[in-house]
Amino acid sequence: MTLDPLSADLKRLEEIVRLLERDDVDLDQALGLFEEGVRHLKSAKERLTEAEGRVERVLEDASGVLRLTELDG
Amino acid sequence: MGGWADRRMGKKREQPAADDLFGDGRGAGSRDEGERSAPGTRPAYSVTELALALKAAVEGATGQVWVKGEVIDIKTYQAGHWYFTIRDQESQLRCVIWRTYAQRLRTPPPEGAEVYLLATPTVWGQRGELRLSGVTMLPTSGVGLQQLAFERTREVLERDGLLDPLRKRALPPFPRAIAVVTSADGVVIHDIVTVARRRWPATRILLVAARVQGDDAVDELVRALGTVNRLAGIDLCVLARGGGARDDLLAFNAEPVCRALAAVTVPTISAVGHETDITLADLVADLRAATPSAAALMALPDRAEVARHLAALASRLGGGLRGRTRVLSERLARAGDRARRSIEGRVEERRRRWEGLARTLDALSPLAVLGRGYALARLADGTVLRRRSQAPAGTPFELRVSDGDISARTE
Repeated sequence: MTLDPLSADLKRLEEIVRLLERDDVDLDQALGLFEEGVRHLKSAKERLTEAEGRVERVLEDASGVLRLTELDG
Repeated sequence: MGGWADRRMGKKREQPAADDLFGDGRGAGSRDEGERSAPGTRPAYSVTELALALKAAVEGATGQVWVKGEVIDIKTYQAGHWYFTIRDQESQLRCVIWRTYAQRLRTPPPEGAEVYLLATPTVWGQRGELRLSGVTMLPTSGVGLQQLAFERTREVLERDGLLDPLRKRALPPFPRAIAVVTSADGVVIHDIVTVARRRWPATRILLVAARVQGDDAVDELVRALGTVNRLAGIDLCVLARGGGARDDLLAFNAEPVCRALAAVTVPTISAVGHETDITLADLVADLRAATPSAAALMALPDRAEVARHLAALASRLGGGLRGRTRVLSERLARAGDRARRSIEGRVEERRRRWEGLARTLDALSPLAVLGRGYALARLADGTVLRRRSQAPAGTPFELRVSDGDISARTE
């Protein structure tokens, strides 16, 4: 099963933090990890503040075609 | 039954008299009966053979059936089996319920109770008795046809593995879109949307409407659940209904609805709206919620909680880097000379920046953090400037800042 993007961001962030907290990571790696971590943080925060999802009703016409209409949440 | 007996007998007899085993003797006179023939005209069975043939015949006659009658002479044994007789005005039959099934029923019925018994008639060769081997029983008092139908459907679903706990799927941690199969009247969908807005507003909610009670409910629910499988990008399906009378739950105990629910390709939550009565749909769904609001609560993470977790990770990320840079400056401090002090000064400055950055990281948006930036010294080939030996006086290097590079040279 593939992870959804937010789960993937959180998982990688947790890995990065664990690596950075170890003593055997050299500066090159640490900088790279830090930069990557910041990217995941940014991406996760964006997902956290995404706009409200739509509320829709699924309708099916006589020929079986599905169509969506907006509902008032 | 003839066929079964034929096969067993055929192996043992030199001249099988298959068509005559239980027959009318038409072929008797014209056949050589052989050594093992009885004094009369037919080959002899062993008792066990006959008992086995009868057992097969009896078991094949009706298969598993429901029988209604009065329970008498009930005896429960240490081993957990129940023995009793079921009877009506004219007949009686001996019954057994083996421990496995008796345990599920927990308490034996009182003497004289009228029950529905689900059992298979069989022949118990060791005792030479006809028995009903029971798997479940229900008291007839207060039990309508509905309950009987419920038990029948449950048996069928269980046999097909639809109630198997191993079938249960995990819910997605952050569902992007949820399909809600419920009535179009709006109460249920309103409750779900209210909770969703509070917990995880970004989730998209798609209502697939179906009548949840009345004659059309089963067909409409089956159709709606099928529609869910045709929607793209759905992570979760909630089958929901508001409160109501017990009779109104009928559709959620209907076998076609249960099968359609089991066939939904994403994880499912049932929220049929009863604390006390569990429907078969509840048993088939991956998770059961008492109400539609509770279903939304289970389905969606709490945004505030995830935000706190992210803030903690941001803080640890900054702390992790701070730790790395401290190690570096300590190493440089030990090297000691003029060029060292020059580089060290820069490293110290960088360290201070990083420390400040790390401290405020969780308070700032990552974008602002990047904007504030930090400088990184790299040699022309891109490697990080980290040792004095890498940069003898006059070595050019690039100081990387947020919006580009600054060319520099060691003194």
